[in-house]
Amino acid sequence: MTDLAPSPAVRTRPPGRPRWAVLGEQLLEWIIRLCGISAILFVLGIFYFVFAKAAPILVSGDFSLREFLFSTQWYPTSEVNVRYGTLALTVGTLAVTVLAMLLAVPFGLGAAVFVSEFCGPRLKEILKVVIELLAAIPSVVWGFIGLTVMKTVIEKTTGAAVGVNVLNGGIILALMSVPIIVSIGEDALKAVPDSYREAAIALGTTRWQLVCRVLLPAAKTGLLAAVLLGVGRAIGETMAVLMATGHAVNIPHSLLDPVRTLTATIAAELGEAPEDSNHYRVLFLIGVLLFTITFVINLTADLVIRGIRKK
Amino acid sequence: MVTPPKTIEVQNLRLAYGPKEVIHGISFDVRRHEILGVIGPAQSGKTSLLRCINRTIEFTPGVHLQGAVRVDGEDVQKVRDVFALRRKIGMVAPLPVGLPLTIYDNVAFAPRCSGMRSRSELDGLVEQCLRQAALWDEVKDRLKTLGTKLSGGQQQRLTIARALSHQPEILCLDEFSIAIDPVTTMRIEEVLKELRKEMTIILVTNLVQQARRLADRTMFLWNGEIVELDRSDVVFSEQPRDRRTYEYVNGIFG
Repeated sequence: MTDLAPSPAVRTRPPGRPRWAVLGEQLLEWIIRLCGISAILFVLGIFYFVFAKAAPILVSGDFSLREFLFSTQWYPTSEVNVRYGTLALTVGTLAVTVLAMLLAVPFGLGAAVFVSEFCGPRLKEILKVVIELLAAIPSVVWGFIGLTVMKTVIEKTTGAAVGVNVLNGGIILALMSVPIIVSIGEDALKAVPDSYREAAIALGTTRWQLVCRVLLPAAKTGLLAAVLLGVGRAIGETMAVLMATGHAVNIPHSLLDPVRTLTATIAAELGEAPEDSNHYRVLFLIGVLLFTITFVINLTADLVIRGIRKK
Repeated sequence: MVTPPKTIEVQNLRLAYGPKEVIHGISFDVRRHEILGVIGPAQSGKTSLLRCINRTIEFTPGVHLQGAVRVDGEDVQKVRDVFALRRKIGMVAPLPVGLPLTIYDNVAFAPRCSGMRSRSELDGLVEQCLRQAALWDEVKDRLKTLGTKLSGGQQQRLTIARALSHQPEILCLDEFSIAIDPVTTMRIEEVLKELRKEMTIILVTNLVQQARRLADRTMFLWNGEIVELDRSDVVFSEQPRDRRTYEYVNGIFG
């Protein structure tokens, strides 16, 4: 007979985890939580400080918000006729940004599709390295190219009197945004599960059908994020547009008109505005305006994405 | 007895991923309108074999292929229109892959890609395929919902409907029952028995009994070699030609 009697119970302490490990984990959790929340704190903090610097002008008597938003007259240092109208600057920013996006989005997304789906592995490695290099070029270098190379090219090909204008700034900004759109867009396409590709290919799709009918719809959220980051870079860019757009307060009527942007105005004038003067505060208010513009753009895009998702 | 014409011929096929050879020179053919069961443990090259037939193997980097796979007498490596070749072959993966589209669009995907535009034609085809896959009654009222919202078994039948949507001559199923319950599996098996009247079916499965129930002939693939390929009643008999077949089929190893 085999012995089937149960083995005697071994008395041991239940295996507990040491106290320091439990506490350590809790500590780690709090640190991670703090890291997560810090993004919100920083955004609120920046908004608060920028707004706090600008706030006194809003309540002072000789300033009207209406003029600030809708007047095209920007004479901040005038002795007799001080005017703080930023409409021309806003329009300048938007004109350059829109032009840049019209150029950069198709080009960038096209390049992302090519890198992700069409090119061979060796070319892909080379392209990715080069594109990242392109993204790392400092903006002042781009501005320099705009001021020298692009200026002469534009003057020669279009016959414009000044080569630093909306077109120049738009092209420079497009060149700066493309690498971002390509690398984020390529990541988004890469994140589409390979099983989608295999399933579609097994159904006999050509490469183009695969891209247009499966990959682009599946990656649309990521692609929109890529475009948004591109827009963010274009709107926030300062040095390059300062050098390439001509820096003239002016509502543009053609691509060849020089403009001035919100960011360039802050960069150029903040150093010379006496601290806590009206001019100084208005420049901070421009910061708030920029903040609001990017916020609205991000929010709209977010809503658009949600709309697409629901569908 | 006349042997039915061959649909697929595989001749001395060798397949290597980099330096590692996974299929060591196998030859067999698949006859028209038969169900060929392919059994064998994991890593024996079953899925790779299917991927050679519709040439999706070429998307795996570092793959090296020798020998020939002929579909309807045409070598798939030399075929001019690979997209037409793939449309001739329906492929069902082990885990259902719902394209991120509605149920209707999932099934209408392939016909649309090959140029079918007419709404009524598409409607008819979608209904026919969903009926063939025994899914129509469950989804006919919600064709516009996302395919990924269906349950696992329903999604798998959706992929079968999709594989039928380009009216293939050959249907390859790769362990289709891995993610679905036995009842649904039996329903799909009934479907396959119906489909065999119209097409050739290659059924890769690791459920030995499934091959026994469905397959006319069964191939036992092991470590990239064919151990046995014969009529199912022989393979599953007490005395198959190879001892290993008996042992695998009866659960002694594998």
